[in-house]
Amino acid sequence: MKSSIADFAVISPRTLAEALASLRQTPPPVPLAGGTDIMVLLNAGQLEPGVYLNLYSVPELRRPIEVSAGVRDAGTWGAGGADPPGEVRLSALTTYADVRRHAEVRRLLPMLPLAAREIGAVQIQSRATWAGNIANASPAADGVPPLMAYDATVELSSAAGVRQVALSEFYSGYKQTARRPDELITGIRIPVPAPGSIDYFRKVGTRKFQAISKVLLAGLVELGGSREIRKIRLVFASVMPFTYRARKTESVLEGRRLEPGAVSLAVETLRTELKPIDDIRSTARYRLKVACNLLEEFLGTTMGC
Amino acid sequence: MAAAGAGRVSAEAGEAPEALGPGPVPCALSVNGREVRIEIEPRVTLLRALRHYSDYTGPKEICDRGACGGCTVLLDGKPVASCMMLALDAQGRPITTVEGLARDGKLHPVQEAFKTCDAYQCGYCTPGMLLSTVALLKENPAPSLDEIKRGLEGNLCRCAAYNHIFDAVQMAAKKMSASPAK
Ligand SMILES: Cc1cc2nc3c(=O)[nH]c(=O)nc-3n(C[C@H](O)[C@H](O)[C@H](O)COP(=O)(O)OP(=O)(O)OC[C@H]3O[C@@H](n4cnc5c(N)ncnc54)[C@H](O)[C@@H]3O)c2cc1C
Repeated sequence: MKSSIADFAVISPRTLAEALASLRQTPPPVPLAGGTDIMVLLNAGQLEPGVYLNLYSVPELRRPIEVSAGVRDAGTWGAGGADPPGEVRLSALTTYADVRRHAEVRRLLPMLPLAAREIGAVQIQSRATWAGNIANASPAADGVPPLMAYDATVELSSAAGVRQVALSEFYSGYKQTARRPDELITGIRIPVPAPGSIDYFRKVGTRKFQAISKVLLAGLVELGGSREIRKIRLVFASVMPFTYRARKTESVLEGRRLEPGAVSLAVETLRTELKPIDDIRSTARYRLKVACNLLEEFLGTTMGC
Repeated sequence: MAAAGAGRVSAEAGEAPEALGPGPVPCALSVNGREVRIEIEPRVTLLRALRHYSDYTGPKEICDRGACGGCTVLLDGKPVASCMMLALDAQGRPITTVEGLARDGKLHPVQEAFKTCDAYQCGYCTPGMLLSTVALLKENPAPSLDEIKRGLEGNLCRCAAYNHIFDAVQMAAKKMSASPAK
């Protein structure tokens, strides 16, 4: 530990109400979940001195993953039998390891375990949380794009109450989020995609594993009976200053039949829509090229399905 | 399936508890089945608490940023980087360090296999490798070579003894499934 911080205090609340009451203090304490972002700064002596709020001590924040029933749709699920799964809820302290071990989540939301296994290694995955990945707001966060592609909602709680914010509305700039300092992310709600939806997840880094993303695409597409694109989500990490949903390219594709013309139109649109960042990990030029290649690969393989 | 009660958070008022620190506070850890009572500043990591505030020098401090696996311990049976968490956070949860693997003077089968296969050179990564292997074999008693590589991907060996290490893991898996542990 090279830490030079002398001034580091911790609040360990026993209940959610205590945690939320603590966040009303000025300045509000900083939430500490798995610590895999915060402790890197602590050990490097770069952490802001102050009071930290230990979330692990709060049982309500450790609730297991919940899968709840959706509305029955006789057309796709048949009349009899059980209700189809409708929503998955992760709690504030759900880790990547929790998701990798959860058979139902693996089946319903296959991009989540794919992202989870590429984040750090097992030692990080046992502690690091999805909510911490969201709140940390790194443009290179690998857990956020698949959640955003699945239309996840962030549940924000404060002493004043609970509100739901679409993850796709959560970021407004580099490290700018919709979370107020008195709020905690208490849950992440993910609607189960329509049956037959096709997903795509690819992380491009310097190495195959244990590398921070240079470009990542999480995509989800719902095709109609005549191969028309009913709904598509294209979410990029590491390309823009925050996790970015390419809405312009999505809207060019929605309603169109998936055929080679649509693919080249989409790639052209994406090329003008993205304004990639240039940083130590990669150049804007490389990122734009690879982002377009990933989109082409996603739509190309989907066409072949 | 019943609705999951998602999103219901009780808004009843709570009192903010006192902050601990920055000065030393008591901390009780359960290491290899023994209770360890120390006084530490809240900023102290689990790794530092083990190495410097008690005598568990098995976990190694190498990168100190969660990337090398030298400080791996098992917390609730799961491998974690002990440099990446506060010691206070580990209270009340069982911690296993490499010192806890041998029983009654007898090496753990994973340790035996590492010895037999000469699965180290300088030995610095070995405690972390052993603990990650124990955790891997508990979850997956017969891993493929690829699964072994995946399971140990968070443990770096700068001597590059990887081939011997992978041999040792396979040998341990065979031995342990032949005579399952209690
Ligand atoms: C070796 C290593 C490798 C890594 N590899 C990757 C990788 O490949 N991809 C990747 O995306 N990330 C990676 N990370 C970063 C990190 O593991 C993730 O961002 C992780 O999801 C953070 O979660 P945490 O619970 O550890 O967050 P913490 O460090 O506890 O917190 C992170 C931030 O979120 C805030 N926060 C946490 N929980 C809440 C909450 N419930 N409500 C409000 N705010 C909250 C904290 O205040 C802090 O600002 C790596 C880290 C390490 C050390």
